[in-house]
Amino acid sequence: MGYGDVQMIDENGIRVDGRKAGDVRPISIELGVVPVADGSCRMTWGTNEVIVAVYGPMEAHPRKIQRQDRAVLDVRYNMAPFSTSDRIRPGFNRRSREISKVTSDALESVVLLELYPRSKIRVEIEIICAEAGTRCVGLTAASVALADAGIPMTDLVVSVASGKINGVVVCDLNKSEDNYGEADLPMGILPNSGELSFLQMDGDLSQEEFQEAWDYNMEAAMVIGGYCAEALKNGGYNL
Amino acid sequence: MKGWSVARLDNMSEKGNAAGPHDSQQAPLLVAPGEDLGDSEGYEVGHGVIVMDGRLRATKQGQMKKDGKSVSILPSRTKYFPRPGDLVIGLVEGCTNNIWFVDIGAPFNAILPMSLGPAKMEFGGTRSVIDIGEAILCRVQEVEETHSSVVTMKGMGLRKIRSGTVEDIDPHLLGRLIGRQGKALRQLKEDTECRVVAAENGRIWIDGDFEGMLEVRTRLRKMTAEAKAATPGGVA
Repeated sequence: MGYGDVQMIDENGIRVDGRKAGDVRPISIELGVVPVADGSCRMTWGTNEVIVAVYGPMEAHPRKIQRQDRAVLDVRYNMAPFSTSDRIRPGFNRRSREISKVTSDALESVVLLELYPRSKIRVEIEIICAEAGTRCVGLTAASVALADAGIPMTDLVVSVASGKINGVVVCDLNKSEDNYGEADLPMGILPNSGELSFLQMDGDLSQEEFQEAWDYNMEAAMVIGGYCAEALKNGGYNL
Repeated sequence: MKGWSVARLDNMSEKGNAAGPHDSQQAPLLVAPGEDLGDSEGYEVGHGVIVMDGRLRATKQGQMKKDGKSVSILPSRTKYFPRPGDLVIGLVEGCTNNIWFVDIGAPFNAILPMSLGPAKMEFGGTRSVIDIGEAILCRVQEVEETHSSVVTMKGMGLRKIRSGTVEDIDPHLLGRLIGRQGKALRQLKEDTECRVVAAENGRIWIDGDFEGMLEVRTRLRKMTAEAKAATPGGVA
């Protein structure tokens, strides 16, 4: 039996975890979970759990990393060794380096870095429990934690991934769908303006399927953007 | 989408919502970064607000304030930003032959030139007067356009901190600590018989006997916890 033969959606369009094609996993957001940090957030998204702490803006060290016209965003994405069933070797690896880079690039488009020349904003993303889509959860939680720290931003960034399983486009893939699915399209969306700050694609999608995945992501981002705004106003959100 | 209150100036017509959130009897309108606050036509932009494509946008999380034609955000949490004349407590992070580099809790370190130091000294004698890691009570003299700031120790009461302890609170809670016309701070000093100096950057110098210092620390932590519980948005 090949990967494509694993049945993950039934004839009624119900997925393995009982969701319909456009449904997003339950989300909860808690703020101020790291008291020593300037801003912090714990986000659970399905079984995913992530803690983000933001420090700064602060003097950038070493001096060679300073930019004379703007602040630098130092993002570190890390998965805890116990976050998956296979133990992850602690420390930076190729994958975490790549995700740190794309997360930093996605956040740079919304944070008003030019207000703090020569300084640094440190964003630490720690994945506590991983179940597909950790880069999306990490990016969304990082934007909420930055807002919690009082860093000026033009918008939040909400990241969602849609993909294809058994030839059907679905929103917010879970672990089995991510592992055995045919394609994955994570996007970082600015919920208030509808602009895009990050897009990656893994696998093949036709033009129509891409459009469908795009629409699912946009729709979900607007909803999750509302949850994030509500969490910031009320000190947390629990769906 | 789950609904939440959106602060829009164009939702607040004279008929509908009096003259906006600031003057109305309603609870303060909370905004999140990126939230659309309405048309920018005829409005001045204040702290935490920018104009994008002719629309006002919040850049910070906090309460929206409308004062006449000026719209601003009172942020729930913000980093200390130095202004000339501020009394601050700095921690010396490094020095050269004639300059100290001082961490004042701002996004950028301040410099304390030898000429503005606490005493006369020889070139190269900076470290013998204030060593790395020591705390100083100083005043912001100048903030340049590039955000570099200069602090001075020339002035009444400015000195090296040799005794007591330094506690940190969020700078936006200083008003709560000091109280109306300094009443709360005066009461705290009387109750604990301690010297309490509240600097603008949220650092508090506490000096006195051990029991008194402990009492001040306990009260500061209690105040922070109370502020957190009372603030909409849960941030304090």
